[in-house]
Parts: sequence; C-alpha cells; structure tokens
Amino acid sequence: MYSQGLIGADSSSEETPEFLAEFQKRIDREEKIEPNDPMPSGYRKTLVRQIGQHAHSEIVGMLPEGNWITRAPTLRRKIALLAKVQDEGGHGLYLYSAAETLGVSRKQMTEELLSGKAKYSSIFNYPTPTWADMGAIGWLVDGAAIMNQIPLCRCSYGPYARAMVRVCKEESFHQRQGYEIMISLAHGSPEQKEMAQDALNRWWWPSIMMFGPHDSDSTNSDQSMAWKIKRFSNDELRQKFIDATIPQAEYLGLTVPDPDLKWNPEKNDGKGGYDFGAIDWDEFWTVVKGGGKMNVDRITARQKAWDDGEWVRDAALAHAKKQTAKKASATLAAE
Amino acid sequence: MSDQNEIPLWEVFIRPRNGLSHRHCGSLHAVDATMALNAARDVYTRRGEGQSIWIVPSADITASDPQEKDANFEPSESKIYRHPTFYEVPEEVGHM
Ligand SMILES: [Fe+2]
Ligand SMILES: [Fe+2]
Repeated sequence: MYSQGLIGADSSSEETPEFLAEFQKRIDREEKIEPNDPMPSGYRKTLVRQIGQHAHSEIVGMLPEGNWITRAPTLRRKIALLAKVQDEGGHGLYLYSAAETLGVSRKQMTEELLSGKAKYSSIFNYPTPTWADMGAIGWLVDGAAIMNQIPLCRCSYGPYARAMVRVCKEESFHQRQGYEIMISLAHGSPEQKEMAQDALNRWWWPSIMMFGPHDSDSTNSDQSMAWKIKRFSNDELRQKFIDATIPQAEYLGLTVPDPDLKWNPEKNDGKGGYDFGAIDWDEFWTVVKGGGKMNVDRITARQKAWDDGEWVRDAALAHAKKQTAKKASATLAAE
Repeated sequence: MSDQNEIPLWEVFIRPRNGLSHRHCGSLHAVDATMALNAARDVYTRRGEGQSIWIVPSADITASDPQEKDANFEPSESKIYRHPTFYEVPEEVGHM
C-alpha cells in the first residue's frame, strides 16, 4: 500500500568529496544505481531505512483490512478485499527483496519492526470499526499511496524502482474497489450515506498526513531529492493528492472535513488548486511515536504471527535439510 | 533454531509467453525448490504474467564486478570493425 514521507534516516556519508561528486554525476545523468555499484554510505542507509519502512507498511497495512474479510457484505466484496490484502503481502515481499540487495536480511528487518526500531506508515494505527472504512482506505489511503509511489518508479536505485513498477500496476484496482464501495454507500440509504461520511471524516486528515511533515520541517528531503530517491517534495505530492481527490468527494456527495478548504485559481502557477486548513502535527507525531489507537495491537499481531509461525519455518527447513541429505546418500550409494 | 538457519533466498525468472525468454522478475525466500516454485507462482503470476517459471538459489549466481565494468565491456565500444556500418558498400549495390 504505502510509503510515508521518510521518518528519521541518517543520510551522512563517510566517503571522500571526490567520490561523492562522482556519484552525484551518475545520478544527474539519470543512471540507475544497481546493487553492487559503489555508493555513498548515506545513500545506502537512507534506502535501507526507506524501503524497510515501506515494506513494513505493506505488511502491517494488511491488518486493518484483514479485520473485515470475513464480514464483507457480499461475495463480490469479499473476493475483492481478499485479493487486495493478498497483493499487499506481495508488495511487502517485493520491497523486502529490494532492501535485501543492499545487504540487510529480511529477518533483521522483521526484528526491527517487532522491536519498534523500524517505523511503518502511521495511517495503519487507526482502527477500522465500520465497513465504510474499507471504502475510505481503498479510496484515500491507497490513493495517497499511489500518488507517492508513481514517482518512486523512477527512483535512482534500480531494484526499488523495479519493485515500484510492479506495485503501481497492482495498486490501481485497490483504489477503484475502495471508491466503488464509497459510491454504493454514499448513494445508498441515509444510514449508509452517514456511514460513508463518518469514514471520510476519520480518514481524511490521516491520509493528508501520509505525505509526511511539511517541506520546511522535513530534514532528509533535500538530500533524498538530490540523490533522486525522491522526485517530488512532501508538500507537492500532498497538494496533487488533494486537488485530485476533492472532485471525487464531490461526486460522492460527501463533505471533506476541512472548513478552510477553498478553490484558489492562483495556485499551481495559475492552473488552480485547493487551499486547505492547518494539519494537526501533534496528532501525527503522537501516532508515529506509538500513541495511536492501534499501535500496540498492530505490533502484537505481527509478533504473534512471527511466533506462531516459528515451528512452521523450523519444520520446513528441517524437512528440506533431511531431503537434501537423503538425496546425497542415495547418490553415494549408487556410485 | 531459525536464528542460525535463515531460509534461503531464490531468484525468480518468468517467461511471459512462449517465444520469449525467461526474465528476472524478483526474489523470494523458500526452504527448497518446490516451495520456491509454489511461492513464485503465488506471488509473481497472479495476473497472467507468465506461462513458465525458473527459480535459482541466489547464492548460486556468480556476478561480474561492477568495478571492472570498463575493463570488461569497453572493447565493444572501440572495436568498430565489429559493426556493419564500418564497411563500405557502394550505393548501387543496394541494401545489404
Ligand atoms: Fe501496496
Ligand atoms: Fe494497495
């Protein structure tokens, strides 16, 4: 699903100025960097952190929606939600694999998620109490994710960019199925419409926050932009998302919970765009730092999955070893 | 026990349809080839991406050193006599 504006990476490098300048020239020529290429330690650290956060977000992102699979209102909705959640698991895998090309193991990344050392997108620390949340998540959360991920398809690091191409191909169904749920509810009974409005009220601001802190407060942004890991700033992407989403909300006949939202014809170099109200960054940082409603639940669920799966991993590995040994002794006997 | 024994990494190659080569499309972890094939099918061919899968243990791949790139691949640039445009054939002979 989703990558959030990167939180807290160390982009400092120990290499010589000549090495860094040479590397920057490659980036400026739009050359892709591949796994065994020489690269500044800061570039590697930033990518490991970002791809790791992104992978964890895909995996943890399965939980809020998994919550509704058994209770989907129709078979059509159930197979769609099941397919979407399965896709998110796949996205996690592509991303862990991309990070592994940089010399971290998936096990190490999993441990960092479970210990709380690694972050994931704070959006998944909000609860999903109603079916309308499945609509709002697909529409807004996957919508914001797509906005973020499309430019990542041109990221300077080859394996990350290639993983993103696959991910983006799969994401568009996610957003469409969510919007379809919203249409059904918004054009349904008064109670259903109210449910859709309530979900929009709860998910709007957290979705806007998914793009990360304002550019003026985002410490790693400049270096990430120079290295072409990032192509647009947090605020640019946020503006694009809002401008694309408001007409969709209008079509639904729902109201975005922002009294300061207003069309501004001067914005975007005269093309026009929406002005919007102040974002509650205290809420954002509270959730990032573990104070969201679901932070504890999410990590507890991941920890349980990891622990409960241990005997399966161990048994599968033991079986494989036994088979290999058997084959080896059979070959010996035949000689 | 899983501490000392990491589940190995495999590279996945998919042939989109007959007539094309298998192409690298990603990686995954699996304990053996059977599990790797099953997982590759589940993860990498959910939308008609392929008709045939190869899987290879990542550890069995030997790669050239990117630092030796110039020494390895420069000759293809300087040996222009390996290319058809190096040779002159009069126009009246026609396309060759
Ligand atoms: Fe995803
Ligand atoms: Fe998604």
